[in-house]
Amino acid sequence: MDPRVSILDRRLCEVGRIIAVTGGKGGVGKSLITAALGLNLSRLGFRVALLDLDLTSPSLHIILGADDIFPEEEKGIIPPEVAGVKLMSIIYFTARNPSPLRGPDISNATLELLANTIWGEIDFLMVDMPPGVGDVMMDIIRWMRGSEFLIVSNPSKLVLETVIKVIRLLTELDLPILGVIENMKRGERSSWEKLSGFGIPFLGELPYFEDLEDAVGDPEMLLSSGFGRRLGEIAAGLI
Amino acid sequence: MHEWSMAEAVIAAVIDEAEREGLDKVTEIMVRVGGLQQMENEVFEFALNELKGAYGGSILEDARIILEREDAVLRCRFCGNEWKFSGIRLCEDEYEAIHFCPEVSHAYIRCPSCKSPDFDLLTGRGVSIAWIKGVKGEEDGSESEHP
Repeated sequence: MDPRVSILDRRLCEVGRIIAVTGGKGGVGKSLITAALGLNLSRLGFRVALLDLDLTSPSLHIILGADDIFPEEEKGIIPPEVAGVKLMSIIYFTARNPSPLRGPDISNATLELLANTIWGEIDFLMVDMPPGVGDVMMDIIRWMRGSEFLIVSNPSKLVLETVIKVIRLLTELDLPILGVIENMKRGERSSWEKLSGFGIPFLGELPYFEDLEDAVGDPEMLLSSGFGRRLGEIAAGLI
Repeated sequence: MHEWSMAEAVIAAVIDEAEREGLDKVTEIMVRVGGLQQMENEVFEFALNELKGAYGGSILEDARIILEREDAVLRCRFCGNEWKFSGIRLCEDEYEAIHFCPEVSHAYIRCPSCKSPDFDLLTGRGVSIAWIKGVKGEEDGSESEHP
């Protein structure tokens, strides 16, 4: 018998809301949106933690410029704080080494992090997910009960098909969808035209910001960028 | 200590199982400890005994806890080679990382034969409950085993 599952509810009992950021293919901006929403919620006075569950390609630590930090160990793993938010990531343990994980390893590592992380009292736990409807999506549904899903799309036809699969799966399982953010919008093309029929909220669109890359690694610059400010408006709508 | 959070999980799981099985008393808990996670047995055992009193109440007060060490054995998915975790040498930081999350062994361990990072863990990953024994009701006090 695996004892870790029995402690999950206790580990998450002081967490107000869990927002799992999912969406289409890799590169649509899930991680940047997760980080920017979390930073904005923190600046609004909420206690925020970020959890990077993109276990083979974590990136929240890069976005937050979180170098040389490591969790404390005190009857569990205490996530360190960076730029006002708590950050839990497998990067603390893999360092910068490639960590090729297969499905059961992904689930085991996810469960290990969830069973041993001591979050304390927080208002928002923002979860950065890998693309699509694979192991992590199934594990969040199974182990992080009460999660609300925020879907990131963009105007590409390549993204749309996967986003629709995500929406269909979550709808079929009757799970709460906070809404869709359309990222990297350029020109008139929009994925929302194809998604509006699913009856889920449209949270807003973000244009393609040419200079966003400059803000990666600098949370204050990210917050003050056009991208960060727009996500501040969207974050205010989530409260 | 990581040992405390894992001990807390064990106690919570035993209480859940006892409730599911309708046990009035748990008399024995067999916990298997995989070598890959490198738990400090003394700390883990101390934590288990402390927490069984704190969380378990009367249902766990007389439970004897037995720890059984299990060797971590790995098998390469590429060439089929099998080897023991105890037979390889890593640096202190790498051991510590694997202690926190055994799956990150894939970041530090390669098959000694073909150098592949693609391996299965056959035995000895982490902490599991092998079985618990307990009694139902006061009538005969007989023990039953719950795997």
